[in-house]
Parts: sequence; C-alpha cells; structure tokens
Amino acid sequence: MEKLQVNRKFLPLIIAMSLFVLVYAFGMIQYKGFSSPQVFLNILIDNAFLFITCIGMTFVILSEGIDLSVGAVIALTTVVSAYMVEKMAIHPFIAIPSVLLMGTLMGLVMGSIIYFFKVQPFIVTLAGLFFARGMCFVISTEAITISHPFYRAVSLYRIYLPGGYFISVSVVIFLVVLVVALYLAHLSNFGRAVYAIGGNEHSARLMGLPVGRTKILVYTQNGFLSALAGVVFSLYTLSGYGWYVNGLELDAIAGVVIGGTLLTGGVGYVIGSVFGVLIMGLIQTIVIFQGTLNSWWTRIVVGLLTLFFILIQGALVSGKRKRLSVARIEESWEEQEDELGADPTKNLVADS
Amino acid sequence: MVDSTSMWTRIRSHHLFWPLMALALIMLFNLIFTPGFFKLEIKDGHLFGSLIDILNRGAPLMLLAIGMTMVIATAGVDLSVGAVIAICAAVAARLIGNETGITATPLILVILISLGVAILCGIWNGLLVSRGNIQPMVATLVLMVAGRGIAQLITDGQILTIYYEPYYFIGGGYLFGLPFSLYIVAGVFLFAWLLSKRTAIGLFVESVGTNDSSSFYSGISEKNIKLFVYVFCALCAGIAGLVISSNIKSADANNAGLLAELDAILAVVIGGTLMSGGRFYLGGSVIGAIIVQSMTTTIYALGVPAEVAYVVKALVVLVVVLLYSEMVKVAMDRIFTRKETQT
Repeated sequence: MEKLQVNRKFLPLIIAMSLFVLVYAFGMIQYKGFSSPQVFLNILIDNAFLFITCIGMTFVILSEGIDLSVGAVIALTTVVSAYMVEKMAIHPFIAIPSVLLMGTLMGLVMGSIIYFFKVQPFIVTLAGLFFARGMCFVISTEAITISHPFYRAVSLYRIYLPGGYFISVSVVIFLVVLVVALYLAHLSNFGRAVYAIGGNEHSARLMGLPVGRTKILVYTQNGFLSALAGVVFSLYTLSGYGWYVNGLELDAIAGVVIGGTLLTGGVGYVIGSVFGVLIMGLIQTIVIFQGTLNSWWTRIVVGLLTLFFILIQGALVSGKRKRLSVARIEESWEEQEDELGADPTKNLVADS
Repeated sequence: MVDSTSMWTRIRSHHLFWPLMALALIMLFNLIFTPGFFKLEIKDGHLFGSLIDILNRGAPLMLLAIGMTMVIATAGVDLSVGAVIAICAAVAARLIGNETGITATPLILVILISLGVAILCGIWNGLLVSRGNIQPMVATLVLMVAGRGIAQLITDGQILTIYYEPYYFIGGGYLFGLPFSLYIVAGVFLFAWLLSKRTAIGLFVESVGTNDSSSFYSGISEKNIKLFVYVFCALCAGIAGLVISSNIKSADANNAGLLAELDAILAVVIGGTLMSGGRFYLGGSVIGAIIVQSMTTTIYALGVPAEVAYVVKALVVLVVVLLYSEMVKVAMDRIFTRKETQT
C-alpha cells in the first residue's frame, strides 16, 4: 500500500516525461531536421519567459493558490521598461532593477491582501490583472520599440555551445532561476513550508510553520519572477505593449498542470513544470514544421492536453478522497455501534 | 429614539443598502461634475439621455451578472462568459451571412441556433465542473482562451459585419419608448427570480454553495444543480452576445465581450453575493451591473482613455472585496455597535 501511494504521487510527472519523449520522437520521425539540437535549443530561447513564469506559478499552485496577474505583470514590465529606457532616457542598469522591484512590490501587496484579509487569491490576482493591464495603457496606448544599444546587444548576443549550436542570454537567466527554484523547493525551509501549506494549511499552522510569511513570500516571489519574465520578454521582442501575452495565465497554469502539479496544492515538482512548457513548445514547433496548420491550433491542443491532465489528477484526487471519506463513515458507524450497543436506532429515537 | 435606531439598523442591514448607497454616490458625483447628466428628452417617441444610455449599454452586463450570480452562489465562477459572447455573436453573424441585407437563415433560427451553441458551451463547462471535479476557475479558463480560437475559426479570423436590418432590433430597437434590450433583461431577470423564489432550485443552489457534500447527502443532486447553473450562465452570455452583436452590427472574435468576466464578477460582488457561495441576490447583481456601467460611462464622460477604466475597476474590486472581508466586517460591526449603544 505504501509503495502504491508513492507511485500515485509520481504518476503525473512520469506521464509528462513520457509524453515529452513520445512527442519528441514523433517529431523526429515525422519531420526532417527536427532532430537537430538547435530545434530543442530554440524551444528554450523562444519560451524562456514562459519557463520563468511557470516556475513561479508552480510555487503558487503548490501553496494551494493561484496567480492570474502574471501575464499582465509581464506586459506592464515591458511597457514600463520600454517607457523608461526610450522616453525618459534612463539607463537599463537602473530601469531593469526598478521594474523588477515594481513586480516584487505588486506580488507583495497581492500576497498581503490574500493573507491578511483572507480574500480568495483568485479575485485578488484578477484585480491585479486588470490593474496592471490598465496601468499599461495609462503609460502608453501604443507599442514602444526599444532601440537602446544595451538592450539590442543583450538581445542579439549568442552564447555558442560546442558543435556550433547557440543559446541566448534569456536561456541562461532561465537556467539560473531553475537552479535557485530547485534549491528553494526541495532543500530550503521555505520550500518545505510551501508543500506543507498546500497539503493542509491547518496542520501546517499547528506544526508551527510560518504560514502567513510563506504565503506572502510565494506571491512576492511570483511577482518578482513575472517581472523577470517581462524583462526577458522585452529582450525577446525589443518592445513594450499593453496587450502583450494576453491570456498567458492559462499557458502558465497549463504548463504547471501538464507538468504534474496538483491544482489542489501540496503535490508537484518544479522540474515537472519545465517538462510541461517543453511539451507545449514541442507542439508549437510541430505545428510550425507542419506548415499547413493555423497557429491557434497550438492553443486548442494545449487546452485539450491540459484538460487531459486535469482529469487524470481529478481522478487521482477524488479516488483518494472517496476512499478516505468511506473509511471515515465506516469508522464512525463502528464507533456508534460500540457506544450504543446492538441497535443504534433505538437510542436515536429516544433522544429525539 | 429606540424605534428610529432599530429602523436604521434594519435599513443598514438590508442587502441592497450598500449597493444603493454606492449608486447614489456615483449619481451625486455626476450631478456635480457632469453637466446634463440627468436630462431626459423624447425624440421620435423614444426616451434619450445619459440615464437611459447607461441602462441600454449596461443591458449585456446585467444579463451576464444575472447568470454569474447563480454560478457564484454555488461557490463557482465562470470565466468563459466573454468567450461565449464572442462565439455566439460569431455564429449569429455567420448564419445571417451575405452582404445583401437579406438573411440566409430565418431570424428565429439564427437566435435559436446561436443560443443552442451557447448552451453547449455551458454544458461543456458544467460537465467539467460537476463530473470532472475540476475547480470552476480552471475549468472555465480553458474555454475562456480556447473560445476565442473557436470564434475565430467561425469567423475565419475576420470581423463579420451584419447587414440584416431586423437583427438590429434586438440590441438597438425601441419598444414603448424604451430600449428593447431592457425588456430582454427584464424577461431573463423575471425568469431567474421566479426560478429561485418560486421553485426549490434557488434553495438547492444556495445549499450547494454552502456545502456541496452535505447537500448531496441530504438528497440534492449537486452535480445536476452545478450543471444547470453553468448552462444558465452560458445562456445569459449567449443572449448578451446577440444583444452586443446586434448593437454594434458586427461580430468580432477578438474583442466582443473582452474582459467581460471581471465586469460580471464585479457586478455580482458589489450586489452582495459572496464569492464563497451561499446566499445570492439577483436584484443586487443587477444594481451592481448598473453601478459598474455608470462608473464606465462616468469615466468616459470625464474624457479619460477607455483602457484606464480597468485601473479604476480593479481598485473598486479591491475596495469592495476588502469591505466584505471578515477583518473589516468585524471592525465595522464594532464601530457601529459602539455608536448605537451610545445613542
């Protein structure tokens, strides 16, 4: 029985990894040139911002929360940094830390409201979404192109790997974030508290874990990572615009879910989310390789895939709950029988 | 003295008190800052003026709010209403078809098929939530994004203009001097109100929202109730889609009903229905919708860019949500009870 429990926990992650291998193999068999390592590296380059967002989102979902504001914060970051660099002529060395601070503060405020006022994360971050999107247009209703030499240099810089393959600076940023996140999730007190809160907030509190601080930190961290993803995205597009990454919330949640993190919190792995994004990137690449498919087919496939994983998880979780509740009912009946003797109804009737 | 205090307490504790106060505040603001806001005139036998304009433009939002109230009452939420508006408008525009001003499909069929598609969307959401055991937010998020893709599939990625004149009546017509869309709202509201007050469904919905497993054990089929509220919500969104597309005489897969979800949720929350489910107030939601629309109209009247309205709405959501939160409620109760014992 013990062994079965562990298997169930790993199951979604194993499915995600196998799916990645399967889709990759399919691409290699089906399309010429798909097997080139550069194709894989391009997925990393094109989706660096999504990887970073998904890593932050993993922590939020692990703590049984949700953050719908990520896409809007990314858009706001691109707009603010573009505006600062282009319109106010502020050097990127000052502009980038400022927008990172801005994102962190937004996360801190949302986390504090969620914790102190006991408001559902969903509604608070939805308000955050609208606030950030609105602020984008307060600053500029038009797209702003970034032509600062520093931005251009970083954006176009290629880091060459053996064999002539290359990655961008964004990929390096993503890898650093990944290493830090893996440490935080699995080796730090913070990570342990996040898992405990997601598993059962009440018992986490009884265990003496700093529930409030951890919850607020999770959203603060996610705000910072969203802003970092925004910086990476502005490097990718070299511009800022308020309608950028509209609906990225779903992509981020989809990546996390496909990666095997339970939406009910407490179960999941940061590395799973990386595989989730990789699978989405692979599907996108296959749609491009196919050439005849419309680009929004990616969304529909990703949507269906998400659904598939949510349903698997739903089955796993409800199976667990059902067994628990049945056991509990049986237990209570046994207790009643012990207390009341052979015929429990007799006493109940007498009571009423 | 004692009598007047208890009367005041009774008025204050009525669920429509705060929404009506907020509405009065906005109206007061407009009375001072927006000249001609309360002017009503009759042109060609139709009533015109800012107030009628708010009601007319607010009609789709009122419809959404009525549907959303039921969903939120079951402790759920439907984020896909905007996408359903887009799908429904796209279907209607496609069915009407050609640019000659004649419809390719009889109007009654256009309406029935479009609403049928909306109901299908609702069934999809409802099944995911009730049978798939998926959190409502995530389940409806799938359709929220995929829905725009579907709408684009229907319109071939273009904005379809509608040339069929009789269709304009739904969102732009007048009946007995008032916009026709208001009669639609009144009809849907009456239906929802009768359903919740004159049948047991209202009670079931509140019961499911308070505690779905105990409802199940007391013999309510909570799965079907949940399915029903999502279908009803999607149907309301579908009707709103018809009203909107008829009003702007086109179907835009990308922008029709964009971010309508927040407005609808905002209206419901302002109306006094809690996001955590349970008691729901249809009348409150309609007043909430009028408040949201008055806010939007006021912001436009002040000459502020349309997108900035999002910031204002976000702040209002926050204030309202904080007002309803436990911490503030306890503090408020303490302040008011102290004052009342002093008098």
